[in-house]
Parts: sequence; C-alpha cells; structure tokens
Amino acid sequence: MIVHAPPQLRLGSLDMAELVVPNDLRSAKAPESLILGELERNGYDGDCIFGLKLALEEAMTNAVKHGNRGDPAKHITVRYRITPDQVVIMVADEGTGFAPECVPDPTSDENLERPNGRGIMLMQCYMSRVCYNACGNEVWLVKDRTDPPNPGWESRLTEG
Amino acid sequence: MEQPSSHLKIRHADGVAQVEFADRKILEELSIQEIGDELDRLVESSAGVRLLLNFRNVDHLSSAALGMLVTLNKKVKERNGELRLSDINRQIFEVFKITKLNRLFEIHDTAEQALAGFSRR
Repeated sequence: MIVHAPPQLRLGSLDMAELVVPNDLRSAKAPESLILGELERNGYDGDCIFGLKLALEEAMTNAVKHGNRGDPAKHITVRYRITPDQVVIMVADEGTGFAPECVPDPTSDENLERPNGRGIMLMQCYMSRVCYNACGNEVWLVKDRTDPPNPGWESRLTEG
Repeated sequence: MEQPSSHLKIRHADGVAQVEFADRKILEELSIQEIGDELDRLVESSAGVRLLLNFRNVDHLSSAALGMLVTLNKKVKERNGELRLSDINRQIFEVFKITKLNRLFEIHDTAEQALAGFSRR
C-alpha cells in the first residue's frame, strides 16, 4: 500500500507492506520475524540486524504495553519497506499517544537506577532517524544502510 | 540449595552463586519476569549474597531486561550483597554503554576475573 511518510523524514510516498496483529506480545512476534527475514534476504549485517531487532522490539513493546495499555481488544499496525539501502518501519497503536520529548533522559545520574524509560532512547541510538506522528501513537523507524550500527548514539556523543 | 528453573542454570561454588542464562534472547516480558523472580529468590535466600551473572549464552536483550537487572542490583545492594556481570558480548556491551549502565554494574570480561574480585569470606 502507498503510505505518506511524515514530512520530517523526507521520504515522500512509500510502497509499504502492512500487518495488523492483536495487542499481545506473542502476536507481536509475527511482524518481527517477517521483518528480520527480509533484512537477512537483503544482506544486512549482524550489527545492523541487532540494532533493528532491538529498536523494533522496543517499539512493539511500547505499543502493546504503554500505547494500547495491554488491552486485548486493540491492535497494532506495522508497516514496513525494506530495500537493500534502507529500512523504514512504522508501528502504530490505538492509544491516545504520548509526548516523547517529556520522557526523561535515562542516562542522567538521577535516572540511572530507574527500571524503566530506556526503550525510546535505544531506538533513537540504533536508528538513523526516529519520529512520531503529532499525537504520539505512531512511531517511524528509519535505518540507512550506509549509517554505522548505532548512528544516534554517535551523534549524542558528539553533541556532548 | 538449587531452584529448578527453565531460564537459569545456577551453580553454587566458593560462596558465589554463578548464574548462566538458558535463553539466548532475554527479550520477552514474561520470561524476563520469571528470570527476575528466580533471581529475587536467590538474593532473598541469604543475606549478603554474592552473585555472578554470566552472559556468555546471551546474544540479545531488551530495555525490559535492563530494567530487571537494575532492580536486581538495587535489591542485592540493600541486602549487602555483591553483583557482578561477565562474558557480555560486544553488541550487548554496547547497549550497556549507550544506556550508561556499564557505570552502574560491575562488569568483567570473564567469569574467572569476576570471581577473583569477590570479597573473601
């Protein structure tokens, strides 16, 4: 299906595959294994697959647990387009969304011993770009093949 | 005393509980919770437990697993115990570095190095 990517990603319209799964962590495995299979077929290396697997796992867990709040009546929609040069994945839940900028930095000293709050940051570190729709119930993950395994982390380090 | 578990292999030697993970991936919420419960029981079994978690079988983990380890670390400290991690592969160690949890945990390259550093009783 043809999908308009968020303008900030500058990807225009994309032809993406779509899967809709029930809102539970076991069902969330189906799109993950399909996407991982596609990554291997497209020749992505182990480091790249590690990062994508981690980012996708975090996005799916957030959608099931926080977005849809574990409601079994709700669904998760996953859209993806994988080419040899780029991976684009969108994960949407049916929740009311959240403000990603309000999630505290889990690496600051006062938050280091908190058990939660690392998923979003890990997605940002392992992906080339991460963005959300306006209400925050749809996350887009983009990984350019030419990027290093965790480009977001390297830019965080450079920023200081 | 050994607890039967499908997720952990626990060996007690020289006053240290050495734990290896049976799963290569510590990702799924349910198994993470079970692993956490199992480790909690180990920590609660005696005051001042000395615990070594060997990651040599693990090739993937998620933020939920990191959260479980953070909670475990707190519990071990509260009970005057010691927790060490060893044999973490390069990709997973990177996750610890990114989240700065390499500063919170005592991480050793090998189980031997970790064992050598435990305080003598």
